[in-house]
Amino acid sequence: MSAVAEPILTVEHLSGMIAGQQVVQDVSFSVPSVGITAVLGRNGVGKTSTLRGILGLISRRGAVTLDGERIETLPTHRIVQRGVGYVPEDREVFAKLTVAENLALAERTKNPRREFVAELFPDLVARRGQMAGTLSGGQQQMVSVARALLNDNRILLVDEPTKGLAPKIVAQVADALREAAKTVPILLVEQNLEVVRRLADDAVVIAGGQVVHTGTAASILDDRALTMRLLGVSGEVPA
Amino acid sequence: MSGLVLILITGVGLGALYFLVASGLSLIYGLMHVLNFAHGAFLTLSAFIGWQVAQTLGTDSWGSFLASVAVGAVVGAVFATLTELVLIRPLYERHIEQVLITVGLSFAAVALFEGIWGTDPININGPGWLRETTEVLGARIPNTYWVLMIAAVLVLAALVLFLQKTRYGMIIRAGVENRSMVTALGIDVRRSFTLVFAIGGAAAGIGGVLAMHYFTFVSAHLGSTLLIFAFIVTVIGGLGSLTGAAIASVVVAVLQQFANFYLDGTGDFIVVALLAVVLLVRPRGILGRKA
Repeated sequence: MSAVAEPILTVEHLSGMIAGQQVVQDVSFSVPSVGITAVLGRNGVGKTSTLRGILGLISRRGAVTLDGERIETLPTHRIVQRGVGYVPEDREVFAKLTVAENLALAERTKNPRREFVAELFPDLVARRGQMAGTLSGGQQQMVSVARALLNDNRILLVDEPTKGLAPKIVAQVADALREAAKTVPILLVEQNLEVVRRLADDAVVIAGGQVVHTGTAASILDDRALTMRLLGVSGEVPA
Repeated sequence: MSGLVLILITGVGLGALYFLVASGLSLIYGLMHVLNFAHGAFLTLSAFIGWQVAQTLGTDSWGSFLASVAVGAVVGAVFATLTELVLIRPLYERHIEQVLITVGLSFAAVALFEGIWGTDPININGPGWLRETTEVLGARIPNTYWVLMIAAVLVLAALVLFLQKTRYGMIIRAGVENRSMVTALGIDVRRSFTLVFAIGGAAAGIGGVLAMHYFTFVSAHLGSTLLIFAFIVTVIGGLGSLTGAAIASVVVAVLQQFANFYLDGTGDFIVVALLAVVLLVRPRGILGRKA
């Protein structure tokens, strides 16, 4: 991990259960207060559940510290109000609400960053009155990311933001995250290693529900044998 | 012709009463996934208190009638709010226990009401106009049906305005779709639970006072009688869909009236048969979400 930056988020011995089944097992890591930290791992190893465990969206044990404050006993809405923005896997926009309503729901402060979001996603401004359920996958992802960027958060938890998107939209979402990372640290779950290489400073690798490796993103992705062993794919960017 | 008009209009009027009760049930289920069997108790208590208010102010005047309706709405809202805060909230996310406690409350409430107001139905009086009829295309329509229709339209309009134009309405619509995501946006969705219970209780309270005038009596079982049909229209309309509940209320009540008139009083049977058909053919109801 980055040696200079103090952690904004520390996870210690986090275990999570869904329907009685252990999905996260004694996970410990910390997230620096600047830059993007990627959570990597094969499908189904517990990356999404780790984010949901931090937010209290699944039953969990362990300690979660946000900027020096223990938050694991707080209900989800209080954790979010402490400054934790969340972009869920599969977008989870409210299909029967308009784009404007989806964004308005996410506004927690008196001065939400509407202009910042409008600059990042001008398409959403034009589609304010459109039902979110009728948007394309990419546009829905923009709504989902925009909801998290509207507030002055202390950290963003972003879960597979490029999943199922066309390459052009992937680039747009990645640009938005890189822009956002200038002002807020991001904990990013991402399967697309090209995006990880482009965005992430640090990385945490999870296997079997546990953290098995930490380091800079580049050092992990450059180690072909390591990525093949832990992720099942090569971290090299195709020519 | 006049018989047809009579059945049709009284059917719509009865549907209006069903909707007043079902609207709260539908909202509560949509947001909280709780089938609230105590809803009938909200209705019955509101009717009794509304009756006592009318007795105090004078049963014949429109002022006392309107006051009893307003008090009924407030009593229903307060009773429902207390139920949510004291009995439902501690069982958050434990849906089976939540349902069981509403069943227990409904039984206990009937026993309590019988202890206070007795086991026999109490005949009631209202403004004289309510006992009269209005002629439409040769059919003489009892005026209580017009009052029921006006009240249901006003309640539906108020609910739609609330859901579409207010932030809490927006939270409730979002919560019906995806409650955990609402929480993940930093919103305390439990406040919306209390609000939805209060709104549902108020609608049931209005329904209770008007049901008392429709039946011309009030009893401890008033709520449980109507609750059965309210559940049926809520399921047929699609659990959680207010518009579905409104459509189903009218369809069920009109069908019930027609069957009662033309098929030897088999209205209740036909309604249950319709429920069975809907559950077999379209389990999510008219406007319910796919599972």
